Amino acid sequence: MTRTEFWQGNTACAEGALAAGCTFFGGYPITPSTEIAEHMALKLPKKGGVFIQMEDEIASIAAIIGASWTGARSMTATSGPGFSLMMENIGYAAMTETPCVIVNVQRGGPSTGQPTMGAQGDMMQCRFGSHGDYSVIALCPSSVQEMYELTAKSFNLADRYRVPVFLMADEIIGHMREKIVIPDSVEKIPRKELEQGVLPFKAGEDLVPGFATFGKGHSVHVTGLTHDERGYPCATNVKLHHNLVKRIVDKVETAKHELSDFTVINPDAEEVFIAYGAPVRAVQQVLHDNPGKNIGFLQIRTVWPFPDFALKQFKNARRFLVPELNFGQIAREIERHVKVPVVSIPKLGGDLHFPQELTATLLEGS
Amino acid sequence: MTFEDWYRKDRLPHIFCAGCGNGTIINCTLAAVDKMDWKREETVFVSGIGCSSRASGYIMTDSLHTTHGRALAFATGVKMANKNLHVVVFTGDGDLAAIGGNHFIHACRRNINLTVVCMNNQIYGMTGGQGSPTTPLKCLSTTTPYGCAEQPFDLCDLAIAAGANYVSRWTSYHVKELEKAVLAGLQTTGLSFIEAMTQCPTAFGRRNKFKQVIDHVEYLKAHSLLRAKRDRLVSEGKEVPPDMFVVGELMRRNRPAMGVAP
Repeated sequence: MTRTEFWQGNTACAEGALAAGCTFFGGYPITPSTEIAEHMALKLPKKGGVFIQMEDEIASIAAIIGASWTGARSMTATSGPGFSLMMENIGYAAMTETPCVIVNVQRGGPSTGQPTMGAQGDMMQCRFGSHGDYSVIALCPSSVQEMYELTAKSFNLADRYRVPVFLMADEIIGHMREKIVIPDSVEKIPRKELEQGVLPFKAGEDLVPGFATFGKGHSVHVTGLTHDERGYPCATNVKLHHNLVKRIVDKVETAKHELSDFTVINPDAEEVFIAYGAPVRAVQQVLHDNPGKNIGFLQIRTVWPFPDFALKQFKNARRFLVPELNFGQIAREIERHVKVPVVSIPKLGGDLHFPQELTATLLEGS
Repeated sequence: MTFEDWYRKDRLPHIFCAGCGNGTIINCTLAAVDKMDWKREETVFVSGIGCSSRASGYIMTDSLHTTHGRALAFATGVKMANKNLHVVVFTGDGDLAAIGGNHFIHACRRNINLTVVCMNNQIYGMTGGQGSPTTPLKCLSTTTPYGCAEQPFDLCDLAIAAGANYVSRWTSYHVKELEKAVLAGLQTTGLSFIEAMTQCPTAFGRRNKFKQVIDHVEYLKAHSLLRAKRDRLVSEGKEVPPDMFVVGELMRRNRPAMGVAP
């Protein structure tokens, strides 16, 4: 039996994590994500899980990585300033292939910026913020319902691909209250345990090694140094480093067709909006208000790895219009993949785009 | 089993320089671990970055070689997520007291149930000999070429003030005492902190008038002041020599701890 609730996005995020079997939350208070930590502090101990408030965000992500190696589904939640502090250990999670979920309820930056106002300014940071080459998965919810569903999905993706997975929400979705339908259960795809006799960092065809959970007798050595398939440091081997980094990038990039999540509306349209997160709502309003016009829309839920192949569905597209709560971070990514003009429609300061602003952009071009 | 059976032998030889004291401290730690009757699969070594932190990679258990200064934060996650695992953290003076200082005091405050062995060589060895938060006044390093002008940390005082249940300090000379101190730490519920003063001939000794490795070890021995002797000096109102450091068991108490197996 499903049930209906009227929840804030951040509550839905925490409940989605609990439904997915998250048993460890390490975090540090920061606006506008704090409600997620508070909800986990309330609920996790009653379910036999662990909530721990760490001394900062560096320690928070360190703790969830440590917990993940014991087999726990682990998670932290933060916003811009805390996200910046996490960059060091995000790279560690990528290099050691540690599944974990990092929620960023984005607020206006740079620096302390606008703690209570929504933004999408960390989209590139989540892809490239830690040093070196690596690849990650990032999901963007545009409703309280998606906060729940995409958070739950994040854990499956983290375990499946052994990567840090980002739920890149924003203050608008995090603090918005709306109707949500809670399913009986959510799909849980378990982490693939390392088979006995196989080296702990030796990957098969899917490029993802089995996971050597601590406490199971694998005697695995985990290091952020460049390592061989045994997990042993091998930091000056040119070929080995190249192959390792290529694999941790490729395992995500080559999986984009199977993991990408997006919705295509009116694929034969000439004018096409592309949005993720809160701006999706403004585009939906434009479509609703202009039933006679053939307006295309691509809603992206998995922004990283970027689903470039989805753009090809709009064969008649003359322009792509990209409203974002930043100065065109994903518009620039779209430009790399298409030959027609890409119009960035930035909005900073905390307000969502008004539907008439987007409609005006449409008229200008026609 | 003996302490040697805990080594990950296919990773030897190790990277430590000739004359380094880290091997002595790892031996003492493993000898103590061996007396605990712990199963290999229930034991986890965690470390940060630096010479000392390479230790975890030479031990045949699950081991987590983490980022600089963060070992205790990672170890907190491991221990809290699976309280049945025995967690031992290797760290050094730079890793623990400089970049990891915040994690250190908060791990002590939480009194989380694990053991920390700090190899204090008073220098950044891995990066070639820069001054650390425990480099003594006037000592030479590549970043204190005119002599260290900063007061050093007393790591044991810090651990006691922050709330650790067990605190001891010995040196690489006092191998029997060090092994016993680590054993006492492993047996104590809550955070146990064992500081092992050690020689670094490559990065510290040669710049600070220790021509031979043994000169530095002799220095550590000669400048060790037993806790009982320190207490006597204090009670008699006499001055404790400023260039000496107190060795022995400095704290044993039973504050409430986190991460204790049910």
